[in-house]
Amino acid sequence: MKNYKNLALIVILLIFLTNLIFYQVNETKQAVVLQFGKPVRTVIDAGLHVKMPWPIQSVTYFEKRILDYDSAPTEILTMDKKNLDVDNFAKWRIIDPLKFLVTVQNENGAQARLDDIIYSELREALGLHDLEEIVSTSRSDLMDMITSASDSTARDYGIEVIDVRIKRADLPEQNERSVYERMRAERKRIANRYRSEGEEEALKIRAVTDSLKVVIMAEAYRNSKITRGEADAKAIEIYAEAFNRDPDFFEFIRTLEAYKSIIDSNTVLVLPPDTELLKYLK
Amino acid sequence: MAKKRIIIGDEQIDLPDFSRFLGKGIWSILGIVVLLWLASGIYIVKPDQQGIIRRFGEYSRTTSPGIHWRIPYPVERVDKPRVKQVKRAEIGFRTIDFGPPARYSDRPLESLMLTGNLNIIDCDMIVQYRIIDPVKYLFKVRDLETTVRLAAEASLRQVIGKHDIDEALTTGKSAIQIETMENLQEILDMYESGLSVVQVQLQEVHPPEAVKDAFKDVASAREDLNRLINQAQGYQNDVIPRARGMAAKVEKDAQAWASERITKADGDAQNFVKILKEYQKAKSVTRKRLLLETMEQILPGVQLYILKGDKEGSLMNVIGLPEIGSKTGGGRR
Repeated sequence: MKNYKNLALIVILLIFLTNLIFYQVNETKQAVVLQFGKPVRTVIDAGLHVKMPWPIQSVTYFEKRILDYDSAPTEILTMDKKNLDVDNFAKWRIIDPLKFLVTVQNENGAQARLDDIIYSELREALGLHDLEEIVSTSRSDLMDMITSASDSTARDYGIEVIDVRIKRADLPEQNERSVYERMRAERKRIANRYRSEGEEEALKIRAVTDSLKVVIMAEAYRNSKITRGEADAKAIEIYAEAFNRDPDFFEFIRTLEAYKSIIDSNTVLVLPPDTELLKYLK
Repeated sequence: MAKKRIIIGDEQIDLPDFSRFLGKGIWSILGIVVLLWLASGIYIVKPDQQGIIRRFGEYSRTTSPGIHWRIPYPVERVDKPRVKQVKRAEIGFRTIDFGPPARYSDRPLESLMLTGNLNIIDCDMIVQYRIIDPVKYLFKVRDLETTVRLAAEASLRQVIGKHDIDEALTTGKSAIQIETMENLQEILDMYESGLSVVQVQLQEVHPPEAVKDAFKDVASAREDLNRLINQAQGYQNDVIPRARGMAAKVEKDAQAWASERITKADGDAQNFVKILKEYQKAKSVTRKRLLLETMEQILPGVQLYILKGDKEGSLMNVIGLPEIGSKTGGGRR
C-alpha cells in the first residue's frame, strides 16, 4: 500500500513540475518570458516550450493574429474647406511583443495609441486634398499613404499597421441637404435636355418630311408638265401636218365645228334674208 | 502476448497490454481511466468540415471528413471549420426574417454613399464568401466576420466613389460588382484571411429618397424624348408614302392626258385627211352639204330671227324682236 501512495505522490508532483517548466504557445499567440518581471526573451513560434520554473520565470501572451482597430467617425476638414465625416478602420498586429509590452502594455493601450497615430495622419493627409480627390480619384493612394505613415510611427510600439482604410467618407447632414439640392437641379437639367432634344429631333424629322414632300410633288409637277408639253407639241405637229394639206378647207370645217359649239339654245341668231340658207324662202 | 491494435479512420494506435494488470485493484482502475482518456481522442469530421489539429498549440495536420483519432487533451486539440459553407455578409440592410415573405431592415448609414461626381446614392450589397484555407482562417486574423464586413463596405465605397451616379444606377452595375469583388479579395488576401469571395451582388441601387422624384422625372423625360421622335417618325411614315402616291398619280394623269391628246390629234388629223380626200372630188357640193348639215344641227336650238328685205341689216328691222334672251314669242321656225 505504501508503494501506491508514493507512486501517486510522484505522479502528482510530476504534473505540477511539468506545469511549472513547460508552457504552450498557441498558433494564434506569441509570448514574452519574464524573469522576476523583467522581459528576457520573445517566443514567436507555436508549440511546447521550456522555461525555468515559476516563480523565477513567467510567461505573458500576446496576439499574433491581425487585429481590428475601428474608430468612431470623426469630422475632418478637406483642403477645399469642406467638412467630411470620416469613419475609418485599421488592421494591425504585434510584431515586437517585447517593445509592445514595454511601451503600451496591452491591446487597450495599443488602441489608444493607434487612435492618436492614425487620426493625426488621417487629418494631415486629408487636409491636403480636395473632397473630390478623397472620395473618388485618389482614395486608394491616400489610404496607402496614411497606412505607411502610421506604420512607421507605430513601429516604435512594436506594432505593424497593415492597412488603414477609409470605410465611410460622407458629408455631414447640413451639407447633405445642399448635395440633394444640387442633384435635383442636375436632374432637372438632364430632364429638360432630354425633352428639348426630343422636340428638336421631332421637329427635324417633320421638317425633313415636309420638304421631301414638297420636292416629291414638285418633281411630279415638272414631269407631268414635260409629258403634257411633249404631247401638245406632238399634237400640234400632227394637226399642222394634216391641215396644211388644205388650209382653206380646214378653216371651213373648223368654223362649222366652232358654230356647233358656240351656238346653243340661248343664242339669238339674226340672219338677213339673203343668207344662202334662206335664199329659197323668197 | 499479442499487441492490441485499434484502427480508427486512417490512424493506427498500438495499445499497451493492460490485461496483466486486470484484477489487480488500483491498476485495473488506472487502466480504465487511461482507456477512457484515449477514447476521448476520437472525433468526427463532417462532410462539410475539415479537421485542423494543433499539438501543444502548434498546427500539426489537417484531416478530411470521416472518423479520426488524436492524442487527447492536453496534447492535441481539433478545430473543425466548415469549409463548404458559403457565408454571407449584408451591407446596407439586414435580413430580419427569411420569410416568406422576407423582411429586411434598412441601414441608411451603411447604404448611403458618395459617388464620383459627388452625388449621393443608396446602395445595398450582399457578399458571399467561404473558407478556402482553413489554417489561415483559424490562425491569421481575429474576428473575421467583422473584418469581412468592414472590408466589403470600404471596397464598395471606394469603387462607387470612382463611378458617377448614372453608371451606378444603370450600365455600370456589373462593372462595380466585379471591381468591388476584386478589391475585397485583394484586401482579404493581404490579411491572409483564408477566405475567398464567391460573389458580390448589388441588391438595390437607387437614388436617395429625398431626390427620387427628380430621378423619376428624368426617366419620364427620356420616355418623352422617345415618344416625340416616334411620333415624328410616324408622321414621316404617313406623309412620305402618301406624297409619293400623289406624285405617281400626277405623273400617270399627265401620261394619260398626253396619250389621249396625241391619239385624239391623230384621229382628228386622219378624219380631216379622209374628209379632205372626198372634198377634193367634189368641192362645191361637199362644201354646201357640210354647211347645210351644220345648219340643220345648230338652228333648231336657237332663236332665229330674219331681217326684213332691206339690204342694210339693222336690228330695227327685225320682225317682232322680243327681249333678247327671252324664250317666249318670236318667229320660231
